[in-house]
Order: sequence, then C-alpha cells, then structure tokens
Amino acid sequence: MSTLQIHRLSHLRALEAESIHIIREVASELARPVMLYSIGKDSSVMLRLAQKAFHPEPVPFPLLHIDTGYKFREMIEFRDRYPREQGFTLIVHTNRAALDDGVNPFRVGTQLCCEMLKTKALLDALREGGWDAAFGGARRDEERSRAKERIYSFRDTRGQWDPKNQRPELWNLYNGRVAPGESIRVFPLSNWTELDVWQYIELEGIPIVPLYFAKERPMLVRGNALIPVEQSFIPRGEGEAPQLVRCRMRSLGCSPCTGAIRSDADTVPKIIAELASFRRSERENRAIDHDTDGSMELKKRAGYF
Amino acid sequence: MLRLITCGSVDDGKSTLIGRLLYDSQSVLEDQLLAAGRASVRRNAEGIDLSLLTDGLRAEREQGITIDVAYRYFATPRRKFILADTPGHEQYTRNMATAASTAELALLLIDARHGLRPQTRRHARIAALLGVRTLVVVVNKMDLVGWDESVFRGIERDFTALAATLPPMTLHFIPISAFDGANVVRQSEEMPWYDGAPLLALLETIDVSRDDVAAPFFFPVQRVLRPDQDFRGYAGQIAAGVVRPGDRVTVLPGGRTTCVARISTYDGELDLAHAPMSVTLTLEDELDVSRGDALCAADDAPVAAQHLAATLIWFSSTPLRSDRSYIVKHTTRTTRASVRHDGAVAMNDIVQVELETFRPLVVRPYGESRAAGSFILIDPVTNETVAAGLVDSVLEERREQAGRIIAARNEDEALELHRAWLAEGARVVVLNDAPQDVVDGLLAMQFVVVTAPCCR
Ligand SMILES: Nc1nc2c(ncn2[C@@H]2O[C@H](COP(=O)(O)OP(=O)(O)O)[C@@H](O)[C@H]2O)c(=O)[nH]1
Repeated sequence: MSTLQIHRLSHLRALEAESIHIIREVASELARPVMLYSIGKDSSVMLRLAQKAFHPEPVPFPLLHIDTGYKFREMIEFRDRYPREQGFTLIVHTNRAALDDGVNPFRVGTQLCCEMLKTKALLDALREGGWDAAFGGARRDEERSRAKERIYSFRDTRGQWDPKNQRPELWNLYNGRVAPGESIRVFPLSNWTELDVWQYIELEGIPIVPLYFAKERPMLVRGNALIPVEQSFIPRGEGEAPQLVRCRMRSLGCSPCTGAIRSDADTVPKIIAELASFRRSERENRAIDHDTDGSMELKKRAGYF
Repeated sequence: MLRLITCGSVDDGKSTLIGRLLYDSQSVLEDQLLAAGRASVRRNAEGIDLSLLTDGLRAEREQGITIDVAYRYFATPRRKFILADTPGHEQYTRNMATAASTAELALLLIDARHGLRPQTRRHARIAALLGVRTLVVVVNKMDLVGWDESVFRGIERDFTALAATLPPMTLHFIPISAFDGANVVRQSEEMPWYDGAPLLALLETIDVSRDDVAAPFFFPVQRVLRPDQDFRGYAGQIAAGVVRPGDRVTVLPGGRTTCVARISTYDGELDLAHAPMSVTLTLEDELDVSRGDALCAADDAPVAAQHLAATLIWFSSTPLRSDRSYIVKHTTRTTRASVRHDGAVAMNDIVQVELETFRPLVVRPYGESRAAGSFILIDPVTNETVAAGLVDSVLEERREQAGRIIAARNEDEALELHRAWLAEGARVVVLNDAPQDVVDGLLAMQFVVVTAPCCR
C-alpha cells in the first residue's frame, strides 16, 4: 500500500516517542522514581515529555531540585512557579551545612564546591528519599564522557558510576533491576542534541527561564568571558565594575560559575539560528568543566551526573 | 533520522573516518578541535589527527576503562545521524550486537591493503543476525594502494561472495581515504573510475525504511492509565503498523478481540497513529488488559508461546546454566525462563537454544519483527544482563492456563523453580513420588507441580 509511505515521523517526534517510552518503562518497573529538575531547558523538555507519557493521569513521581544556593534569581523564580502551575510536586534539597560553613567556589575551588553543593547534596537527597531511579536531562552530545553513557545508568549503593560495570542495552529492552540500596540514573534525552532540544521547545512552545534570551545584563567583562555578578563574593579587580552587556546564557548553572555569551538572540528561532553558527560546545562557557580534562568523568564516577 | 553503526578491526581507520564525517559535516566544535589539536602527533592537511575527535577516549582505554559503545550525533541539512561506535575489541561481539540492535545501516571498514580478514566475516554476520539490512562496505586507505581500482574491485568481489552465505542484505561499496577525505564528503579526484556518490551523500539519501509501519499492528502495553472511573487507557509505543479508532484488535495472550475506541494523547485525540509513536489507546470493551499484554491486529496477530527456539548471544563471563531459570524481558513482559542447550556456552558465544518461559510471550521470529522477536536474559541473583536473544521459531504455542508439571533434575533446580514460580504469583508445589491422582488433582486446580527426584 503506497499510502503507508506517508506515515513517517519527523526526527523530533521520533525522539519524543522514544523518550516517552523510557519514562513509562521506569515508572512501571521501579519502585520509587524521581525526576531531577535543574530548571534548565533540558529539564523543561523532560517535564513536557513526562506529562505526555502519563496524560490524562498526573505524572506519578515528584521533581527534585538540588539547590546549591547559588542559582540565578530568575531560575528560582521560574522553579517556584512553572512546575506547580503544571501540577508537579517539587522537592528542594540544599546542603545547608556546607553553605553555613561558607562554601563557595572562590573559597574552596570549583571542584570542591561542586562536590559539596551538588554531588553530596544529590546523593544525600536520593538516599534520604529512598529513590531507586532518578531521571536526569543529560544528553550524550554534551560532553565526551557522556557519549558512552547508557540510558539506564547503574549506580552502586554509594551512588557511584562504574564505567566497567554498565549493563549492555539492546533494542528498547532496559534492565532496571536493582538490589536494595542500588539505584539507576535514567537519561531519557540521551539521543537528543542541543539543536533538537531547541527545535522541540519551539515546536511545543515550552516555557523556559528568561536568562536564555538576550538582554542587557550587568556583567564583569574579562577578555571573552562574561561573568554574572549576582553573588557578592565574586572577587573583583582594581576598579573593576560590572558593565551592561547584551548577552544570554547558553546553559544554566550556578551564577558564579556560568559565563554568559554576547548575543542578540531574544527569541527561540533566533537562538536556533545562532546555534547553527556556533563553533563552540555548550559547556565550554561553564567554569566547572575547566578544572581538568576529563573532569566530568571524575565527577560522574563520584556520583555526580 | 538514520541510525548506523561502524564496524571494523583495530587500525582499519574507524576513528579517523568518524572524525572525518564529524569534521567535514561541521559537527565538531572549536574547543573540541583545539583539544584534539593539542594532543595530535600525526597531523594531516588540516593539522589535526581526526581520530582524536572520537578517540579522546583512548586515554581512558589505556587506563583500562572499557569503552564499549559510544554514540555520536551529527546532522546535515538533509538528515540527522545517530552513529554507534564500538571501539572496544575484547568484548567485540557483545558491543557490536548492542550497537547493531537499533541500527538500520552498518558501515563496515576494510583496510585496502589487507582485504577481507576473518573478523570481516564475523562483523558482517553479527550485523545480519541483528537485522541490519543495509551494509556499506567502506574500503579505506586507498591512498596506500595507489588508488588502484583493481584492489577495490577484488575486495568487492570477495565480499559479495561472502555475503551470499549470509541473510540477504543490500550492499554498497565505496573506496575512500579517511585520512585525507577522499570520497568521504568530497568526491575523490584521485579515483575517477569510481562513479558512485561519496559516503556522506550516500548516507544522506539512502532509503533504509524498515517496514515497521506496513507491518501488522503490534502494541505492547507498558502501563494502564486510570485517572478516573471513566477512563481506562493502555499506554505504549506502537512497535509496528498503524491504528485507527474502530480497528479490531486481539489482546494477547488470551485472545479476546475488541475494537479500539480512541487514540488519546496529551495533544488531543488522533484519527490515526503509527509506529513508532507513543500513544494511549482505549478499547470498546472493558477487558482485563495489563502491562506485558499486547494489542495486535485482529486479522494478523502473532502467537502467544511458551516454548521457543532462539539464538542467544551470551554476554556474561559466567557460563549459561541449564538447571536454573533466568529472568526474560521481552517487549514489556518480564517473566522467567529456563534455557536448554547441549554443551557449554561462554562469553561472546552465539548459540541456538530452546527457551521454556513461565508465562507466554507474544512473539514473531526476529527476522519478521525486531520488536516481537527480541528479548534479553537477566541473572535473577546478580541482576546482570547475561544474554541477548532472537526468536527463531515457535516450538509450541501456549498451553491452556491449566496447571503444569515440570520435572526438575535435582533438588537445587526444584527449589529454584519453586521460588521462581512463586515470584510469578503462581500456586506451586514440589513433589516427589506423589500418586498420579494427586498430581492430576493439583493440575486441575491450576497448580504448578514441580517433580523432584531428590529424595527418592
Ligand atoms: N594513509 C592512511 N592512513 C589512514 C587512513 N585512515 C586511517 N589511517 C591511519 O590508520 C591508523 C589507524 O586509524 P584509526 O582511525 O585510529 O583506526 P581505528 O583503530 O579503526 O579507529 C592511524 O594511524 C590513522 O592515521 C587512510 O585513509 N589513509
């Protein structure tokens, strides 16, 4: 029948269908899933996919945000509004003790700061919540060490990733079996690229944090780097003052460690057009990846995403 | 969107080719190039060793980390590509099978200087076994054989002869030099005798459509959605075919038939849905359908079977044991199975087995349907995925849901079977030497009777 030829799914709809399948599998096979919510564009897409997976039921698991205390103000505003409007339950976890001790990236270094405020906070939150599966919005195209990451990433009882001990994944048959205390991280967006995410946001009209859109913002300008000044502890040079720069964030993290990029893109289509011209990878403007080559791999093995 | 895998032996130039595809399709970003440039020892015209773009993982390999399957993404204005690369070689069969399981096309690299090697046959066989129907044979390093047409034609001839011994596949042959890019993205001037398209152009235009949409409707139920008394929907991903409201479907196992009432999605109701969409279906009749069941085209349904002939690719370093049961995951059904094979089965072996499943599976042979013909085996103690399985044929359709009698060969097996059936929610007894009428009575009451020779 030649009419069948027309039933071809666009690549975005094919990715969507695959991600929904993954989300449903996890919700059906694991006892206590939770969805990590980072407030960024990938999380926004993941929320939409979860809604699609269970409609007309509400999403059967809560969201978990690991709040380092140093997220952008606009991120927190968005976090406290959008998921609730959409009917999600949101859990926020912070490593208060570390913040009270004055941990920040300038006092203890980026590496240790991440370890305390992200990795430790995440592992504590997962353990305290008894979650045996945690969805994350990471994509394989983001960073080299993720290229070999599984969709179901198996973690031992300490939440650690052993690259030698990952389960083969064939077809769409995932092995989600865990012993007590073990857990899996699940990456439903594994096969999406940065461009796919933006095109999907455009296609679906998904709301995102305004920081992604170009606007004049006060920044410390150091060479090519634009450093946001939301936190008072950012050290400044002699006479250095923030300047108003038309810029936007390509990815969102903690304000002291996320550089902005100069840009005029203030709509999603303009961002997509701008992406095509980018010759630099998405994480490059994030200070966290500068520490050492392969630093992501080390963080992953320690239990970070 | 095209999903492909690359295969070839170490040093055939796989990393260089992938780096070349990424680089020439402008999928490599400056900071990644800079990192590769810094580490380059062997440089080409562009001043970098392209293999480092993908093989940045080489350092990790040296540290003893096994890189099994790495996924790369690149896109041209015409197509998006998902490329699964399998650099590891100790575990090559397992890794290649994993990568091939979702691929529509395989790039098979051959070093022009060496021609076909024993591995070439193995790679082609695994690709064919896993249902990859299009094979592009890339004859690399043509620069090292003086761009000689006769070398290329010789390999083409040899490979065509080899392929004749495998399941049917569509073959393409391309002579290239990954190192300087000849016939990868740009048409090679060095080989005017080759009048086909360069590799990337071929990949952009090749038709690899699987007949998933034309196949009979097949929908394994992932989850029952029941937000209120009025709505009972079956969520799943359409594995094959097309569905419209009003279509007659058979629920398997069980065999009751009803009609699709609605196709419900977050974006509203649909008049039609097709593979591989994820949707939710409601049915005209209130039937007892749950996760693991499948909704199938009423006029062309698969069979529900418990006794299968299958091919296994054994992954585990622990050999197969026929005296215990494994967890089998097939579509959205998870149950137990015992696996019979004469002789030892070790890591990376590909063997024919008989599978006896505790509950029926809704299957088709793998050659007809990847979705209905594939399964994995999981060790119930370690939770390790020990094997991938391909259904070859149905040996016996499902028995009526009466009780059944299973002969264990020793006490351990009897206890294992007892545990496993309990886990399935069955009523099960272990007997030795019970009178026939007792056994018959238990069977009539739908008990699973495990007979054990142990205490005789
Ligand atoms: N002369 C030449 N050398 C090549 C070509 N392709 C790859 N090589 C070289 O062959 C070696 C192995 O290549 P690599 O891509 O690492 O192989 P892999 O092990 O299959 O990934 C490297 O030294 C490459 O530079 C080619 O087309 N011509």
